[in-house]
Amino acid sequence: MSFVSLSGVSKSYGTTARRSEVLCDVNLEIERGEFVAIVGFSGAGKTTLISLIAGLAAPDAGSIRVADKPVTGPSTQRGVVFQNYSLLPWLTARENVALAVGQAFPKASAEEQAERVTRYLVLVGLGSAGGKKPSELSGGMRQRVAVARALAMDPEVLLLDEPLGALDALTRASLQGEIARIWQADRKTVLLITNDVEEAILLADRIIPLSHGPAATLGPAVSVDLERPRDRRELSRDPRFKAIRGELVAWLLASGKQRKAASLPPVALPAPHVVEASA
Amino acid sequence: MLKLSVTEKWVSYVLLPALGILGVIGLWALASATVVSALPSPWKTWEISKPYIVEPFQKRGELDQGILRFTWYSLGRVAKGYAIALVIGTPLGLVLGSSRLFASSFDPIIQILRPVSPLAWLPLGLVLFGKPEPAGTFTIAMCSMWPTVLNTALGVRSIPNDYVNVVKVLELSRSRALFKVYIPAALPYMFTGFRLSLGIAWLVIVAAEMLTGAPGVGGFLWQEYNSLIYEHIILCILTIGLVGYALDRLMMLVERRFKAASA
Repeated sequence: MSFVSLSGVSKSYGTTARRSEVLCDVNLEIERGEFVAIVGFSGAGKTTLISLIAGLAAPDAGSIRVADKPVTGPSTQRGVVFQNYSLLPWLTARENVALAVGQAFPKASAEEQAERVTRYLVLVGLGSAGGKKPSELSGGMRQRVAVARALAMDPEVLLLDEPLGALDALTRASLQGEIARIWQADRKTVLLITNDVEEAILLADRIIPLSHGPAATLGPAVSVDLERPRDRRELSRDPRFKAIRGELVAWLLASGKQRKAASLPPVALPAPHVVEASA
Repeated sequence: MLKLSVTEKWVSYVLLPALGILGVIGLWALASATVVSALPSPWKTWEISKPYIVEPFQKRGELDQGILRFTWYSLGRVAKGYAIALVIGTPLGLVLGSSRLFASSFDPIIQILRPVSPLAWLPLGLVLFGKPEPAGTFTIAMCSMWPTVLNTALGVRSIPNDYVNVVKVLELSRSRALFKVYIPAALPYMFTGFRLSLGIAWLVIVAAEMLTGAPGVGGFLWQEYNSLIYEHIILCILTIGLVGYALDRLMMLVERRFKAASA
């Protein structure tokens, strides 16, 4: 049994009359310590997938298991990093992380908790910015705090929901490097959701494309057998990188086309002109 | 550029309001001199009110005291009723905002009690407590509670989904979620409620004092009406207005601080 396992998972939203199926028959297996990326179009249902694994929503059909236990609700064992950071603006960076630590390690002494908060702030490179409020931090720094908050709980699995989606290209590149470094340091099981194929190749062991919604489902997985640490500049010249990117992009585009063809009304051809002889 | 904006500020915050006040005083003088002769003129109002203003804390008798002394009594009464309103209203609003069941059960009754006038609560307070002083406090609390209740509930209902997700993902306990997330997130709304509540509490004090005859600005106003000293009615009206304005400004400053802190 895999560490994270989804089988036959479907999820719809809305009332019966105007029901739209977001995810349909999703099957996913992630091994312990594996870094898996799911790439898909915006609005394909990527966030819904993360919400289901996080336990923020329940699937309509199918089962989700993490560490051999069925997912019944949210848990500190599954750390989530949201796209929009979701930091509490009235708390400092340090207090935001401390809130999570206090909840995940309630029995630890105050010093142990404080030490843990400091360790993870340092890990994400924010050792000196702990006293600042989120509004005083840049987007990249806020997301670092969110990563520290999720990691400090020492979760069994880390769920990253387009964590770099709201950042500019340069900040994005530097944070991708940070995530790779942090992952190599403690080898957590990670599920990264992204719309950036290159980001997925740079970070993941295995990449799975998510088809275009509605009723999105997962495509065939692609293994990334590139040695780590991966260097962005060398990677872009590597033929294996190009092959993986080509394969994923081709699959995604094909799924998008299929979806378009399915949703377009059948082309109405002009009916053959029949002249009826009037009686 | 900077100099111009300073001038603009001076014009819009000092010059124009001063002109407006002078204009109204002019109209008042004109009216009392011509059509409504029962209305005391501005000059006469000042003459008769002067001892109460220049010696604002003087106590000459139970119902003959400086205007600020009366104001102080009134503020004390308002503080009591307002404190009760906040102590009851805030938790009520938190529960109302967080529980759909509770909201469906109690929203109608709140909507019915909310528009009831202080003049209607006071007799009930007299029946319940037997004495005018607690009846006044009861009236102030009953009337001023509602903005706090409704705005707190609105604040809790308006908490962004992101924060609710944080509460869930971090598995925060109920008390931690309340004090670390829900209350800070609802605080700007709550303060709007507190400010509106204070405004109503001050509005109600006059009615309460007029009916109970307690010493205070409202009581003084009613007594001077009965003694036919109409100038003092105007003095009381102006005092009530100024104090109400000052209280509102004060609350707005506090509110702004909290809004800035939570942004």
